[in-house]
Amino acid sequence: MNGAGQGGAAARAAGMSPGAKAETWLWIAQRASAAVLALCVLVHLVTIIYAVRHGLTGAAILGRTRGNGAALAFYSVYVLAIAVHAPIGLRTLCQEWLGWRSASLNWFALALALALFAFGLRAGWAVFTG
Amino acid sequence: MDMLQVSVWRGAASGGYRTYEVPRQESQSVLDVVTYIQRHLDPTLSYRFACRVGMCGACAMTVNGVARWTCRTHVSKVVQGNAIQIAPLAHLPVVKDLVTDMREFFDKWARARGQFVSGTGATRKSDFARIASDSPGRVAANAGIECIGCGVCYASCDVVSWNPDYLGPAALNRAWTLINDERDGARAERLAAVAGDAGCHACHTHLSCSERCPKDIAPTASIAGLKRAVALAAWKGEL
Repeated sequence: MNGAGQGGAAARAAGMSPGAKAETWLWIAQRASAAVLALCVLVHLVTIIYAVRHGLTGAAILGRTRGNGAALAFYSVYVLAIAVHAPIGLRTLCQEWLGWRSASLNWFALALALALFAFGLRAGWAVFTG
Repeated sequence: MDMLQVSVWRGAASGGYRTYEVPRQESQSVLDVVTYIQRHLDPTLSYRFACRVGMCGACAMTVNGVARWTCRTHVSKVVQGNAIQIAPLAHLPVVKDLVTDMREFFDKWARARGQFVSGTGATRKSDFARIASDSPGRVAANAGIECIGCGVCYASCDVVSWNPDYLGPAALNRAWTLINDERDGARAERLAAVAGDAGCHACHTHLSCSERCPKDIAPTASIAGLKRAVALAAWKGEL
């Protein structure tokens, strides 16, 4: 395989669209976040099933999450993975199903990512501070 | 004599289906049916074929909604009652009737850097390159090398219909065979050409190409290989 400089030069010589590298990184980010989500969703579902089967009340759940650093850390990672994963996938859907391919789509996806991250963290923080 | 009711696309982008009655025969291929229509019922029908034995790939059409080689498709395999519908390949401009314009399909092979570029400095006077038939690269290349460019995979691919720039299964499969060729001298250019939204990363792994390839090639596997190779190159800063 060629070196880094050669590869980049080759890419330019090949007339590659400047977005191809960014698209590749978005693909990597989405796959990596999917791997994190696979674990997080599993833990989240098991937690829900446990809470329901044991008849825990909202107050009882809050009692366990309040001041629980591990829960806050877990849900922060979960929220980050969602904020990375979902907008990239939605962006692709918009491109393929709606034909929305202008730069405005990237801003929309970015805004969605920030909103998911902010609202998710707010929820995580709320059960932490209770 | 049993008669087939054969509904055939007539026209170009706009047009409609016209129904012909064709005598049913034993061991009859769909290409036989189309040929009968042109020779006995309507000489203005346009279609494309060459070898009639599954070597050239020219006779690919949409039969009852599925892209197939018509020469290697027996009527008995696809007939519904006594009806068959025959249309041109999907995702390609129709020139006339059952003939599609394959230019975009083959231009995408070129865009995916589908040409062999020697990286060994060999000339026509050089000795043969010696490559072990069981080497991993050769095995990977062999899996996709028998493609004859019929366009069945391209016509079957959902992503092609959603993203007109998408290079498609055949072009990407070709790029994958070259990347696994030890003599290849254009790996970086090729990886760059197949990266991104119009390239391998657009594949949704629906497997329609692998399901319908008449040569039993699995372009999906080739595309997955490209995804890994491109991602690795990006990770190493080589893209």
